[in-house]
Amino acid sequence: MPGVYLTIVLAPLIAAIVIGLLGHIIGRTASHWLAILGVGLACVLSFWVFKYHVIDGAPIYDAPLYIWGEVAGITFQVGFLVDTLTALMIMVVTFVSLMVHIYTVGYMQGDPGYQRFFCYIALFTFSMLMLVMSNNFLQLFFGWEAVGVVSYLLIGFWFKKDTAVFANLKAFIVNRVGDFGFILGLAAILAYCGSFTYSEVFANVPALADSGMTLPIAGVEWSVITVICILLFIGAMGKSAQVPLHVWLPDSMEGPTPISALIHAATMVTAGVFMVARMSPIFEYSDMALNFVIIIGGVTALFMGLVGIVQNDIKRIIAYSTLSQLGYMMVAVGISAYAAGIFHLFTHAFFKALLFLGAGSVIIAMHHDQDIRNMGNLRKYMPITYVCMLIGSLALIGFPFFSGYYSKDAIIEAAHASTAWAAPFGYWTVLLGVLVTSLYTFRLLFVVFHGKERMRDELRRDLREPRAVVWVPLILLAIPSAIVGGFFIGPMLFDSHTILGQSLFVLPKNDVLFQLAPHYHGAIEFAIHGLTGLPFWFGVAGIVITWLFYVRYPAVPAKIQSHMKWIYHVLINKYGFDEFNQAVFARGGRGLGYALWQFGDVKIIDGALVNGSAHFVGRCALILRRLQSGYLYHYALMMLLGLLVFLLWFTLLR
Amino acid sequence: MLDFELRTIMPEIVILTTACLVLMVDVFMRVRQHNLPYRLTQIGLLFAAVLTFKSFGLGTEIILSGAFISDDLSHLLKLFIYLTTFVVLIYSHAYIRVRQILWGEYYCLTLFAVLGMMLLVSAQNILTLYLGLELLSLSLYAMVAMRRDSQMASEAAMKYFVMGALASGMLLYGFSLLYGITGTLDISTMAQVIASTPITDQLVLIFGLVFVVVGLAFKLGAAPFHMWIPDVYQGAPTSVVAFLSTAPKVAAFGMAIRLLVQALPALHPQWIDLLIVLAVLSIAIGNVVAIAQANIKRMLAYSTISHVGFLLLGLLAGNAAGYSAALFYVLTYSIMSLGAFGMVILLSKQGFEAENIDDFKGLNARSPWLAFIMLLLMFSLAGVPPTVGFYAKLAVIEAVLAVDHLVLALIAVFFAIIGAFYYLRVVKVMYFEAPEDASPITVSGGSRFAISLNGLAVLVLGIFPGALLAVCLAVLA
Repeated sequence: MPGVYLTIVLAPLIAAIVIGLLGHIIGRTASHWLAILGVGLACVLSFWVFKYHVIDGAPIYDAPLYIWGEVAGITFQVGFLVDTLTALMIMVVTFVSLMVHIYTVGYMQGDPGYQRFFCYIALFTFSMLMLVMSNNFLQLFFGWEAVGVVSYLLIGFWFKKDTAVFANLKAFIVNRVGDFGFILGLAAILAYCGSFTYSEVFANVPALADSGMTLPIAGVEWSVITVICILLFIGAMGKSAQVPLHVWLPDSMEGPTPISALIHAATMVTAGVFMVARMSPIFEYSDMALNFVIIIGGVTALFMGLVGIVQNDIKRIIAYSTLSQLGYMMVAVGISAYAAGIFHLFTHAFFKALLFLGAGSVIIAMHHDQDIRNMGNLRKYMPITYVCMLIGSLALIGFPFFSGYYSKDAIIEAAHASTAWAAPFGYWTVLLGVLVTSLYTFRLLFVVFHGKERMRDELRRDLREPRAVVWVPLILLAIPSAIVGGFFIGPMLFDSHTILGQSLFVLPKNDVLFQLAPHYHGAIEFAIHGLTGLPFWFGVAGIVITWLFYVRYPAVPAKIQSHMKWIYHVLINKYGFDEFNQAVFARGGRGLGYALWQFGDVKIIDGALVNGSAHFVGRCALILRRLQSGYLYHYALMMLLGLLVFLLWFTLLR
Repeated sequence: MLDFELRTIMPEIVILTTACLVLMVDVFMRVRQHNLPYRLTQIGLLFAAVLTFKSFGLGTEIILSGAFISDDLSHLLKLFIYLTTFVVLIYSHAYIRVRQILWGEYYCLTLFAVLGMMLLVSAQNILTLYLGLELLSLSLYAMVAMRRDSQMASEAAMKYFVMGALASGMLLYGFSLLYGITGTLDISTMAQVIASTPITDQLVLIFGLVFVVVGLAFKLGAAPFHMWIPDVYQGAPTSVVAFLSTAPKVAAFGMAIRLLVQALPALHPQWIDLLIVLAVLSIAIGNVVAIAQANIKRMLAYSTISHVGFLLLGLLAGNAAGYSAALFYVLTYSIMSLGAFGMVILLSKQGFEAENIDDFKGLNARSPWLAFIMLLLMFSLAGVPPTVGFYAKLAVIEAVLAVDHLVLALIAVFFAIIGAFYYLRVVKVMYFEAPEDASPITVSGGSRFAISLNGLAVLVLGIFPGALLAVCLAVLA
């Protein structure tokens, strides 16, 4: 079995290396075939691993493959932990990645960096697989950082575009802030558990549950577990773009659309959610950290969704929707419904990839114009894209029977049932979030695919469905987006032995899904029951409102905008996070840097320390050199003096 | 009949025979340009090396009424003595011929010096030790004076001889005091007697120890008994300096082990203090003064002093780890120094000595490969990973830290950083400055091959230091 796991990880890596080094020699076609075959092989094997672990019920595989080093009893290793959670994750990652690879052939057609792009996305897949398959924190960190680096390369793929360079720097720097917390978290784990291996750390956690530590700030006694969890979660906030570290994600839209799909749907942003779920044996012992997760998740879910309503860039709208959906997942893991969080991650991967690739299809047709105000009535020209986008949108707003419905409704129900003190907040944010989701999703759908045709005439004549490599992945993603939820809700959440049961750890007092299980009577019943619930009516209300505003009475939004100027301002400025960061952190950082450079570096370090000490040493050398007079008697005298000093020292002074 | 197998001292016999043979050949061969003495010498060295190598691991044997010891430590040191001598002679061959330096005598003296070193490292008796030392020293005095027409060389030889005689006198006086107290010349017996000596006699012992350590410090070239080194290095022919700075250092290490570790272990608390002073002064003076040098031989002379300081650091740790670190240091240092001086020899031509750092300007433009080899050697001398110089320094500093001399370790690192400057200056000059003399460099194939191996050895040993480290540990266990 290790051979299979290793192949899954290495196939994309080898493809990436070969394309990266030899891409210009082997050519474009060979490059994309190599990447697709590499990821395709990983994908097929991942499905097999899923069958092997989830359906056949194989035992958990947890073993080191390579011991890198051992220092003071701490082993640094490369190892795999393959259980149902991993099996599910690698299946999602490789499947979405494969779709994105195929789609890229069409989307990046004609781009001069074609091979480079395939190299990066294959590498990205490798990084994410390393992250999810790790059995230790060091490798997790490796994957974590590798994903960060490759996302930097990908967001700035068109590096001649200033905005792309700004965006990739922003993504990298904001992620570093999160990683700083993450590293501290790892350090705390190492300090208190003395190991990097998951199994050993998890075994140590219950013993640590009551121990405290005093932090230098405020001197208050903190629970060790809480500190570790919050630090780790800060890392997750960076990767999974939670408020206030979410600012990089909308800007990451500067990258090519396939990569937006890959980053947003299956890799990178889900890393944070996955990590919290994987660390459930730690998080369970800190109520404080869990409530913190709920609050951050809830804030992200509702308020980032609101920003999506006022955006006009087709990709940015979907980006804000990602933020909001990540908030849902965080709320789910925060209320200890880890399985629901992963379930939402799972369904979201499909419909979010679908929406992005659909948007990409629109962008191709629109000749890379991304402003929805220039579109309209596209369903006439692009029926396949339209139907796929409609399915994705219905899944996203959680319309009954679509996959998003099952995962989202489960989260809402669980938040309602949870006893955590922040759970009511989480409940209301995710509930109102449904209305908001419905508003921005259908605003996009109506403005782009319905209403008046606002594009230029010469463009209109060109409008048509793109190549098959573009729309085939859409269909392949639309199918799971529609149906996967109904099939998996039982096994994932409510059956007596859930799929993820062996990977996740939930204290009985926190186990909301277990409490909900008796009320679950099959997927169809769950959906029908949903028709009477508040979320469904919120969703429908959103559709109706957007239909009224954007199809029936298109003049209304502008009026609302002018009447509620301040709200509009707040939203269009995204609550001022960017301005605040620019003004305080960026300017402050640069000011600090400038001061340190001019005063600290140039004056003190270069001036006084470096050059000063060099001058000093040089002067000493010149003085000492004079001792070397060249006279034999001086030398002899020196020797005798040396002898004499030694003798006196030993006979008189000791 | 002999009470031991002849093979125990066979290498010594081979070297002695070769020396006599070279002497005879030189007397009776009229053609001065003949290569025979050179070839004979190299064959003799190789033969001795094979014999020594074969006796590895045969255990310790003490023969000739306790005057001579054959153990793995002596074998290892001898092997490096042959090796460095062998390579130095390859580098020097053309240099000597071009400069009309006396032909046969040169090789003859080299062989006698080698024999002296072999005795030195195999001494089980302080008289044998002294005999070896004097055989080595007298040969070296003569070799330094080899260029009789050079004023600098004569002055250097004179200084070396007078100072060397002074140091030998001190050493001998120290020996006589030790003999007076212990009544024995045998090294292991001496150790036993001193261990049982009552405290009241300690003062004389310490007197003896100070004299011995001073003599030793002179031979090693540790500050403040280093004054001869820069003048001798600058004045002597470069080929002699290359020899002087490599094999005798290895032998002097052997002498230090025999005298301090094997004969006077009971005085460890005393000699450790002496070595601390010597080490700190050597590292400080060597590294700082080297900065002010424009002559590369003088710069390398000061560099030698600082490296001796590091070597002493390993010794003063006073345990097997420290001794083996010091051994590793001296062996790898001999390789680095060999290469550095070898490069100076190779870049010299008829009527031109590449003695100044400026002579290395733009070497990269003239010969990129030689410049790269020199870069490796300089990095190694400076202690830049992954060259072996780094591991040598690391091992010594680890050993010092293991016995809780934190301040000493910090001083060593501090001055090593200062020292990096003058090595890197050579690199900078080679790569970033225009050559003053753009003529291509002609180096014979053999020398080119040897210097390439020499430079690459520094890199390879740096990447795989394990084997040599293990050997160093094993021979001192």
